[in-house]
Parts: sequence; structure tokens; C-alpha cells
Amino acid sequence: MSYLEYHAKSTPRGLRKILYLNWPLTLLLASVAGVGFLMLYSVAGGSFSPWAEPQFKRFLLGMSVMLVVAMVPIWFWRNISILAYLISVVLLLAVEFFGTVGMGAQRWIDLGFMRLQPSELMKITSVMLLAAYYDWLPPERSSRPLWVLLPVLMILFPTFLVLRQPDLGTSILLMAAGGGVMFLAGVHWAYFAAVIAAAVGVVTAVFQSRGSDWQLLKDYQYRRIDTFLDPSQDPLGAGYHITQSKIALGSGGWSGRGYMQGTQSRLNFLPEKHTDFIFTTLAEEFGFIGGITLLSLYILIIVFCVATALAARDRFSSLVTLGVAITFFLFFAVNMSMVMGLAPVVGVPLPLVSYGGSAMLVLLAAFGLVQSANIHRPR
Amino acid sequence: MKRNSQELEGAHRKLSRRALLLGGLQLGFAGALAARMRYLQVDQADQFRLLAEENRINIRLLAPARGEIFDRNGLSLAQNSPSYRIILVPEDAGDVEQVIAKLSQLITLPPEDIERARTEISRNRPFLPITLADQLNWEDISKVAVNAPALPGITPEVGLTRLYPQKDDFAHVVGYVGPVSDYDLSKLEAPDPILRIPRFQIGKVGFEAKREDKLRGTAGAKRIEVNAGGRVMRELDRREGEPGADMQLTVDADLQNYTQARLGTESAAVVVVDCDTGDLRAIASAPSFDPNLFVRGISVADYSLLTEDPYRPLANKTVQGTYPPGSTFKMVTVMAALEEGLIGPGETVWCPGHLEVSGRRFHCWKRAGHGHVDLNTSLKQSCDVYYYDLAIKVGIDKISAMANRLGLGIRHDLPMSAVASGLAPNREWKSRVRGQDWLVGDTVNASIGQGFILASPLQLAVMTARLATGRSIAPRLIKSIDGVEQPSGAGESLDLNENNLRMVRRGMYSVSNDRRGTGYRSRIIAEGMRMGGKSGTSQVRNITAAERAAGVISNKDLPWERRDHALYVCFAPFDKPKYAISVIVEHGGGGSKAAAPIARDVMLQALYDGTPPLEAYPKGDRSRIKAQQERLERERIKRAQNQDSDRA
Repeated sequence: MSYLEYHAKSTPRGLRKILYLNWPLTLLLASVAGVGFLMLYSVAGGSFSPWAEPQFKRFLLGMSVMLVVAMVPIWFWRNISILAYLISVVLLLAVEFFGTVGMGAQRWIDLGFMRLQPSELMKITSVMLLAAYYDWLPPERSSRPLWVLLPVLMILFPTFLVLRQPDLGTSILLMAAGGGVMFLAGVHWAYFAAVIAAAVGVVTAVFQSRGSDWQLLKDYQYRRIDTFLDPSQDPLGAGYHITQSKIALGSGGWSGRGYMQGTQSRLNFLPEKHTDFIFTTLAEEFGFIGGITLLSLYILIIVFCVATALAARDRFSSLVTLGVAITFFLFFAVNMSMVMGLAPVVGVPLPLVSYGGSAMLVLLAAFGLVQSANIHRPR
Repeated sequence: MKRNSQELEGAHRKLSRRALLLGGLQLGFAGALAARMRYLQVDQADQFRLLAEENRINIRLLAPARGEIFDRNGLSLAQNSPSYRIILVPEDAGDVEQVIAKLSQLITLPPEDIERARTEISRNRPFLPITLADQLNWEDISKVAVNAPALPGITPEVGLTRLYPQKDDFAHVVGYVGPVSDYDLSKLEAPDPILRIPRFQIGKVGFEAKREDKLRGTAGAKRIEVNAGGRVMRELDRREGEPGADMQLTVDADLQNYTQARLGTESAAVVVVDCDTGDLRAIASAPSFDPNLFVRGISVADYSLLTEDPYRPLANKTVQGTYPPGSTFKMVTVMAALEEGLIGPGETVWCPGHLEVSGRRFHCWKRAGHGHVDLNTSLKQSCDVYYYDLAIKVGIDKISAMANRLGLGIRHDLPMSAVASGLAPNREWKSRVRGQDWLVGDTVNASIGQGFILASPLQLAVMTARLATGRSIAPRLIKSIDGVEQPSGAGESLDLNENNLRMVRRGMYSVSNDRRGTGYRSRIIAEGMRMGGKSGTSQVRNITAAERAAGVISNKDLPWERRDHALYVCFAPFDKPKYAISVIVEHGGGGSKAAAPIARDVMLQALYDGTPPLEAYPKGDRSRIKAQQERLERERIKRAQNQDSDRA
């Protein structure tokens, strides 16, 4: 009987659980989503369709999912982690065979009422499985090679599947989040040093392999890297995204052009203005102040997650909460770096703001786990 | 698995430590993001804002209205008339082929236009408008407008195009405009961006080309907001261009029309100069062509018809054409001699019909000779030997200098295409250009306007005006620009001895009014309107000794292109010269026969400012003249009707 189960009786029960929801976190999530509706309304030229309204419906659905997940005791989620992980892997494999081709990559399964992106689901279930694994694994064994290899495989297998789609952004997220959980679980830092050294080697190999028969990335990915390094090379071609994004962002200035006054997004200079590049619209219309505000909201969410994790009394709760926080952080950090020209354009949405159903639902479900950890903390 | 709580506590502390470490890293990264945001949005905001404006705003030029051209009485010679065209936006049309098919049922679309449109459609983005049909009339455009609901993506549009209501009569004066060609652009170092406006028209030939700078105006501009695809979202503001300057010419359209009509199908040219101001009252070159053909883009068939015509309708013979002036040059020779004091009063020269110069025999046109010839008779009867003799005494350099003073061999600055400078040769010219010494025989030839001497009808008219007034008359074509009167061409005194001028003028008077004068048959008998004139017949071939022995073939037995040019210059009224006229009929035969009647008719028309009374003509001519006047009047009415129907 674990420590958690021992104290199960002291956790809130029934509807009382609602009182123990992390309300500040819920409000923060709602306000970030609110920023999203605002921006989707604006990029549609002052219209609820085609983006703001469906996004709002998905948000309501997502909030309900979060509440349901939150009400269910955290140990239940720990117990089904492996099942959730396996389902995700099966879905990823299904995408491999039955996926709908969209945007040049096989990422979706059409469920009829929505398109499910299993790679989104994978981000959470892999974190759950890792957390459960380290909850189960005695801490003193966590740095032993065999016990390190197992979670590494848990991470790399889905990463490999996602990379095959191909979805570089999600692959990086999966690896980074998984690595983060392993680090938190106490795996010896020497492993991480080794991985970083290996990563440097891989990057070198990736560049060295370019143009040869065993080229590791697709040509468009190389071009994205090239134009990331020097966007001015081809401002109307491959560098277009980054150049236009920076123009829109920079022209926002201190306080922005005003809501619905952004010319660059309105006139379609911005690519993917409602999805990956929605931050530029925000930054153009609300300026530096708007951008910093959103960034602060994100940081606050992370802070509340970390606080929840530190207060938790069992490893699963801590690890899953921090894993969700890391995933969330990676989402917005990579997205913002990308639109500000600090990272290659890899196709990572701005969490809770970018238009997209799977990401929103999965993220809110993940925050449901955080809420559940908070509610079912022994007091 | 049972764990002791100590171990768990340790693991938990480690987790908390690492969580805080990671949290700190995340915070640091967020700080970096914020710094980057600040760099882009605050430090570099101005630069990016500029780039954003450039992204967003496109400037489109607006074609200015071209300056209009009027005759001296305000009659329109070149105007901007609305022209209708049909614009197709493929994106709005949906099924483009179907729309084109429907449209061809309504109006006739030339297959080549449709083909061109199809290529444009396939090449352009679907929201960019393309011109489907151009230069449509009101009737066609109405049909399209009425059926607009059935023709998605089709819009009728109105633009301005150049129209020359006077058609052929002013083709050589005004010239014409046409679309800007790559060749036009290549000639310019820094072409005005306005020239890149699709279907912009610029002056190609004649006045339109020479005064392009003033007529064109300056472009307006509109700033439009475009999206990344180049689609126009809205117009931000608009600044209309400056229209080109309106030009009033010195030409009198009525006189010009009459002159062109009088020349008919002859290959001929007439220049009428106002002796007071140098105004070109008429400057007609026949045959002519319709400049409107060129505005629309002339068809190959029409164009080759014009270029292959031996009468060269495209050439502006008044200023481009240079001809040996023949006997009309004799005034120059005699003026040179008079100014040198080489002709004593009553002095005569014996004309036996020829003159032997350095072993070569130069003939007078009259084989029997004129006997004793004085100055007056020499002009009146156009005795050649008199001038051979005179020229040898004066020398070519003096003659050439006099020719220049009288306006020959120099280029008159007129805003017309290819204004020729003609040639009044001297010793220096021959050694420079030909590398040969000047021979006495050259002087002899030059004395009667043959040999190297070349003059355009314009120059001959100017020469006549200068002789008639003694002033340095300069031809003037532009009366006013935008209402501002241009300087007159009245000129300074030529500093010629008035007595000498009077002697020459008396001679010219005799040509026209003395029973034995060469121009007597084409005289004016109305008192106060009498003219002074001089005929000229210039050879375009050498008559060899053998030919002469066999008997010179008369002009009418020769093929057209080998016949003599007929020339006549005159001024009137004799006492107070108002107009000076030169006429050349290419290969027309004798000047007194072919050119003088035209000169007289045009002169009377100018003097009376309309159809002259028959009383101005000699009695014997009146019935013929009456018939001619009636015929020309009928033609005039017919043309006026045609013009009206064109405009409707």
C-alpha cells in the first residue's frame, strides 16, 4: 500500500472536490483561452466564424473534460497510465496506416465529429507513463542503466512514430518532456550530459549528411533550418514565414496598432495566422505590452503547476504535474521562439490560443490531471 | 514494493530541488523571450513598421489626360475621347470559357484577342483583371452592360484614347500617338514610370512626338492597400495627375482642309506662311493617311498599303522632302549679285540658248535663247543663261551665304518629325563632304537651283516670305501653349538693300502679271490681291548630249518617277504681302503648269479666308474654277458628314 493510498481517506470526496480545484489555475487557463478567442475573432476580420466559435465550443468541451479528469482520483490515472500509453501508440500506428493526409503530413484520424491528432495525446500519455514508472520504481534504482534504458525506449518509440509523420516539432516536444520527467525523477545527471553530447553529434551528423544518400531530414526541413539561420536569403520563398512574422511583430511596437487594426495579418501577409503564427497577430495588435501579458499568464500557469507539484505527497502526482508543466512550457517557448525568429519553424501551436481541437482538448485533459493531483492530495 | 519513508523523503527532496532548478531554467528562458520581444517590438519597432507599410501599400499610377491640340480658331485637331473596353476578372467569372462564349454571341470578338486573353488568364493570378476587348463603340458596350447579370466577372470600363477628328488632313502636322513599345523604352535612359501604365499612349510621330514633354502631363497616383497576394483591398488616397498642356497651332484648319482637298491624289506639298508672324497657316502634304489607324494599332495590310505606295503618304513632304528648287532659286542668285553690286541698272545679258563654260555647254530651257535679257525679263521668262553668267561672276560662296540668309540650307526649328535642313552648298562643303574641288560647272548648276542644291517646301516658303518682307521670317507652328502666346516669328530686318529687294519683287510680279510671265496663266486679277511669284521646274535626271540631239522627250511621255518636279513660290498681296506660299508637285512636269494654279487657288482661299469670288480669277478660267470649287465643296460636305458619323 502506497503512501498515497494510505492517506486516501483524508482526501476530499464527492462534490466537495470542486472546492479543492486549483481555482487560480482554472482562471488562468480560461483567460489564456480568452486571449485566443479574441485573436481568432480578430484574424477572421471581426467574425466568430470560422475560428473563434468552434474554438470556444472546443474550449467548453475541454473544460468539461478537465473537470471530469479532475474529479477522478489521481491513483486511477496512475493505474491506467500504461493502458493510456498503449492506446496512444496504437492510434499513432493507426495514423501510419489510415491517417488523413493534411498539410503534407499524416497526422490525423478522422473520428467523424473531430479530427484526432494522436501525437497530441501521446505528449500526455507518455508523461503519465513515465510518472507512473518512476512512482513504481524505487528511487535508488532510477539511475541504473537498465532502468534508464526502459523509459528511454518508452520515449523514443512514439517519438520515432511521430517523426515518421513527419512532425519534427512534436518529436522534439516528446523527447524534451520525457527527458524532463526523467531528470525530475532523479536520473543521474551524467546521462543527460551524455545525451547532450550525443545530440551535438547528431546535429553535426544531420548537417553532414545533407545531400548525401543517407540524408536524415527532408529537404524542406533543411530549408527551414537554412532560412532560420539567414531568413534574408529568400524572403519571398522559404524565409517568408519568419520575415513576415518578424515584420508583423516588430511593427506592433510598444502598445500595438490596436485591436483589429493589425494590417499584416489582416492582409494575409502572415502565414498560418490563426494557428502557429497567431502570436504575431497578438503582438502586432497589442504590442509589447500584449505579448508580455500573455507570456506572464503562461509563466503563472507554470508557477501554479510547480507549486502543486511541490505540495504533492506522492511521486506520481509531482511528476505528472511537472511533466504537464514542462510540456506546456515547451509548447509556448518553442512557438514564441519560432515566431520571433529564435528557432526554426517546426509547427508547434501556441497552447490554448492557436486554433486547433486536439491540442486544446489534450492540454485541458492534462490540466485535469494536475487538478486531480491537487484535489486528491492528502490534507 | 515496500519503501521506507526516509528513502522516499530523500527522493522527494531531490525532486523538489530539480523541479526548482527546471523552473528556474524555464523562467530564464521566458526572460530571454521577453528580451527578444522587447528587442523586436521596442528597439527595432520603427524599422519593422516601415517594412510593414511597404508590405501593405502599393502605389498605382494614374494616367493624366493628354493635352489637346487645336487649330488657330480653336477647332479640335487631337482630342481625348472616351474609349470603352471590357475587363474580365477570371476569378469572378467562374467558367471563363463559357463567359467568353456568351460574350462572343453579343459582340464580335476577334479570335486573336480571345487567344491573347487566354494566355493572359493562364499566366496571371485569377483576381487580376485582364482586357478582353478594347476600342469598342457605344452600341457594343451597351449590349454588354444590359446583359451584365449573365456575364459574371465582366465589367465595361471607360478610358481615354486619342482621336484625330480631322483625320488625313492633319496627319502630317499633328502626327499620332501609339502604345509605348519596348523600343521607345530602350531609347530612354530613365523612362518616366508613367510609361509602364498598360496601354499608355505616347506621341510617336510629328507634333505629338516632338512636344511629348508638354502634352503628356504628369502622372497622378493612388495608394492602395494590397494583401500578400497582390489583391487590392481598398484605395487609401488618390492624387490626380496634371493634365498635359493644351496646344493651339498656327494652322488654319479650313485652309488646311482646302489645301489637302485641292492637292487631292497628287504627290505634292504646300506651305503657307504668314508674312507678318511666320505662322504656318497651312502645311499640307499629299497624299495623306488617317492617323487614327495608328492609335488603334494599324493592321499589317493597311500599313504595307501605306509603305508601298509610290506617292509615299507617310512622308511629310513639306519639311522632310528636299528637292532641287530649280528656278525658284533664281531669286537667291540674283539677290547675291545685286548685294555685291554686280548688276548695273539696265544691264543685259545675251542669251543664245546656251552658255559655254570650261568646255561644257550649259543649256537654257529655251533652246532658241532669249536674246538680250535684263533682270526683270530673266525672272519673268526664267532665262537660265542670265543666271549662269551672273553666278560665275558672284561665286558660289556668296550665293550659298545668301541662300542661308533667305532660309535655305538651314534647319528651321519646328516641332515636326525629321525637319530637313536641305543643302545650300559652298566650296568648303564640297571639299569636306565629297573630297573634291568646287568646279565652275557646279556654280552654273547651282545658279538655277539644280546640282547639289536641295530645299524643302517649308524653306522655299520661308525664302519667299523673307524676300517679300525683307525680314528674317521664322516659321511658327505653335500659337499658344495653355493659352500662353508663343513668340512671333516676325524676325529682324535681313539688312538687304531695299532697292535690290524691290527689283527682285518686281521681277516676281512680272512672272505672275506680265503677259509673257511664266505664271501669267495662274494670276490673280483682283486689285490689291495681285501676287508676285516664280515658277520652277527641277530635273530629276540628267539630259545627256545624245538625248538632247535626239530631241528632249517631253514630260508626259516619261514614266512618272522620271518626270520633272513642278514648283511655284509666290506672295500676295504684292503691295503689302500677307502670305507666302510654296508648292511642289512631285514629278508634276512644268512648274507654271502644275504648281502655279494650286498656289494661286490656295493663295486666294487664304486671302479671302474662305471660298474666293470668281471675279478674282482671270475671265477665261472662271467656268473651270467654278466647277472645281463646286466639286471641292461637295467633297468637303461629304467628309464633314463622315466625321460626324464617326464621332457618333
